[in-house]
Amino acid sequence: MKIRHGQFLLVAAAAIWLAGCKPASDSGATGGDTIKVGEFASLTGSEASFGQSSHKGTQLAIDEINAAGGVLGKKIQLITEDNQSQAGQSATVVRKLISSDGVVAMLGEVASSRSLEAAPICQQSKIPMISPSSTNPKVTQVGDYIFRVCFLDSFQGGKVLSGFAHDTLKAKNVAVLKDVKSDYSVGLAKFFTEGFTASGGKVIAEQNYSSGDKDFSAQLTAIKAANPDAVFVPGYYTEVGLIALQARQLGLNVPLFGGDGWESPVLVSIGGQALDGDYFSTHFSPDDTSTNVQNFVKHFKDKYGETPDSMAALGYDSALILADAIKRAGGTDGQKVRDAIAATKNFQGISGVITIDENRNASKPAVVVTIKDSKIKFVETIAP
Amino acid sequence: MTEFLQQIINGLAFGSILALIALGYTMVYGILRFINFAHGDVFMLGAFAGFYLAPKIATLIPLPSILGGLAVLVASMVICAALGVLIERLAYRPLRRSPKLTVLITAIGVSLFLEYTGQFVFGAAPKKFPQILPVYPIAKIGGLSLNSNQVIVLGTTLLLLFVLRFIVLKTKMGMAMRAVSFNPEAAALMGVNTDIVISFTFALGSALAAAAGILWAVNYPAIDPLMGILPGLKAFVAAVLGGIGNLPGAALGGIIIGVIETLVSGYVSSTYRDAIAFAVLILILLIRPSGLLGKKEVEKV
Repeated sequence: MKIRHGQFLLVAAAAIWLAGCKPASDSGATGGDTIKVGEFASLTGSEASFGQSSHKGTQLAIDEINAAGGVLGKKIQLITEDNQSQAGQSATVVRKLISSDGVVAMLGEVASSRSLEAAPICQQSKIPMISPSSTNPKVTQVGDYIFRVCFLDSFQGGKVLSGFAHDTLKAKNVAVLKDVKSDYSVGLAKFFTEGFTASGGKVIAEQNYSSGDKDFSAQLTAIKAANPDAVFVPGYYTEVGLIALQARQLGLNVPLFGGDGWESPVLVSIGGQALDGDYFSTHFSPDDTSTNVQNFVKHFKDKYGETPDSMAALGYDSALILADAIKRAGGTDGQKVRDAIAATKNFQGISGVITIDENRNASKPAVVVTIKDSKIKFVETIAP
Repeated sequence: MTEFLQQIINGLAFGSILALIALGYTMVYGILRFINFAHGDVFMLGAFAGFYLAPKIATLIPLPSILGGLAVLVASMVICAALGVLIERLAYRPLRRSPKLTVLITAIGVSLFLEYTGQFVFGAAPKKFPQILPVYPIAKIGGLSLNSNQVIVLGTTLLLLFVLRFIVLKTKMGMAMRAVSFNPEAAALMGVNTDIVISFTFALGSALAAAAGILWAVNYPAIDPLMGILPGLKAFVAAVLGGIGNLPGAALGGIIIGVIETLVSGYVSSTYRDAIAFAVLILILLIRPSGLLGKKEVEKV
C-alpha cells in the first residue's frame, strides 16, 4: 500500500506541477454571465456523510439564491469536487478549481485536516475561502483570505465539553481517546484537557488511535483499567461507532462523549444500542422553533427527503455569507470579496447569528445532545 | 494482571483474524510461488458478499443465529471461490509463461481494480454489517471479558488450518498441488492437469479470504471497499514472519503480530504500533531468514 501510495503521489505531484505552470485564467470568471464558486467536499470515503450533508446545504442555498435572481444580476454556478475523504486530494482538487475552472471563491471543508490542505493554496491565489464547519483554530490562521462560519474547538473543547463534563456529567476523572492522525481530534483533545483541568477535573488516561483503525480493544482495556467516570472521544463517527461497540463489549459502561465529529446517521447505524446515554456537542438542532430554521428544515426536506443536520445548516450558511459578501463587494474581485466577508456583521444564518471577528472566525452558541434509543435528543445550549 | 490478561485476549482475537487471512496468502504462495496481492481485496469482497446475502438468507433462516451465520459464511465462501477462479482465469492464466514480475504487477493491478470498482459499485461510505451471529459473553471472571465471536474466530482459524493441512497432505488433489508446487512441468508430464490444480488453489485461497472477511465484519461491523488494504498487508507480513508457504507458520505469525500490536497499543502508544511490529519482523528475519517455521527442506504445501 505504501508503495502504491507513493507512486500515486508522485504522479499527482507531477500533475499539479503541470497544472501550476498553466497561467491562471481569471478572465472567464468575471466576464461570463455566471459567477463561478468552487466547493471541495468529502462526497465519498470515510467522512462521506459530512461532505454529502454539507454539499446538500450549500447547493440548496445556491439554488435559492439563483431562483431569487442571483447576485449582481448573475447566476451563481457551484462547481463541486470530491476529495474522497483522502489526505492529499483536497490540494489537488482545489488547484484544479482555481487554475482550470477559474472560481472566484472557495467553499469547504468539514474536516479541519482537509481545510488546512486547501487554505494555503487559496491564500496564495488570493481566492477567499469559507470553511462551513472546520473547527480547528489553525484553519483561519493560515491567512487573511480564510474564513469560517462555525465555532472553534477552543470554545467547543475548552468551554462547552469541559464545562459539560464537569457540571452536567459531574465527572472528576476523565479518559481521552483521540485520533492522532486528525488535526481536529488532536486539537479538540488539547482544548478539552486544558479546560477540564482548569475547572478542577483530572484526565487520568490518554490513549491514541489512527483514522481507519478497526480494533480499539487495546486502548479501551487500558482506559478501563484506569477506571474513569467518563471517556472523551473527540473523533469522527465511523470510528466512534466501533469504539462504542467495543467499549460495551469490554464492560466499559461509563458515558462516552465527543464533539461535532459524531453527528451523522452512520454513527447510530454502526454503534446502535451501545451509544445509549452518550453525548456530543454540535452546531444546530432541527428542533429549533424559529421561523427561518423551520423554513430551512422544510425546504431541505422537500428537496432531499431528509432532515438537515448541522453540516447541512453550516454548508447553507457558508454559501449565503459568500453571496451576501459578493453583493456588498459589487463584484468578484478577490480583495474586495475578502474585505466584504471580513465585514460581515450580525448576519442571520440558520445556525445562529454570524459576526466575523478580527481573526476571521464566527462566535456562536453550541448545542449538547444525547443519544437515546438510537435517537438524538437535545440537552442544553451553551453560549460563548 | 487482569488488564494484562485482557490485552492478551484482545491480541489473540485480533491475531486470529490476521492468521485466517494469512493462511490464504501462504497457501497460494506455497503452491504457485506467487504473492497474490489481491488477496486482501477478495477478503473485502467476502465481507460485502455477506452484507448483501444476509438479508436474503434472513428470509429463509432468521438472523442472528448460528445456522444462519454459518449459511452466510458458506455462501460468501462459495461466491468468493468462484471469483477467485475467475480472477485467475482472466488475469493470471494468460501470464502463465511470463516473468514473475509481470504477474506480480498484474496482481497489484487486480487489487486496485477491485478496490476502486468496489467504491463505484458499493459506494465509498462505510456500511454497517448486519448482526449474523448471536453474541454470548463467555467469561466475566475478575473483570475479564471474552465473547463468543472472539472464540468463534479462533476456533474457525484452527479448524480451517487443519482442514487445509488435510486437503494438502491427505487428498489426491493435495498431492497434485504439492506436485505442481515442486515442479509444474514435471507434474504436467506425469498427467497432472495443472490448470485445474491452479484454479482449485485460487478457489481455496479465495474461500479462506471470504471466511476471514465475514469474521472480520462480525467483529468490526463497519465495512468499506478499502477495508482489505491494511489487514491484507499485515496478514502478508504475518505469513512472511511465520515462514511463507508454511500453513502453521502463517497462523502463528498472525497471532504473534496481533498480540504484539495489542500490547504496544495498550502499554506504549498506538502511534508506534506498526513500527514496533515491523521491527520485530525484521529482527526475526535477521535471525531466521526463512521465517519462524519455514525450513529449507521441510515439506511446503
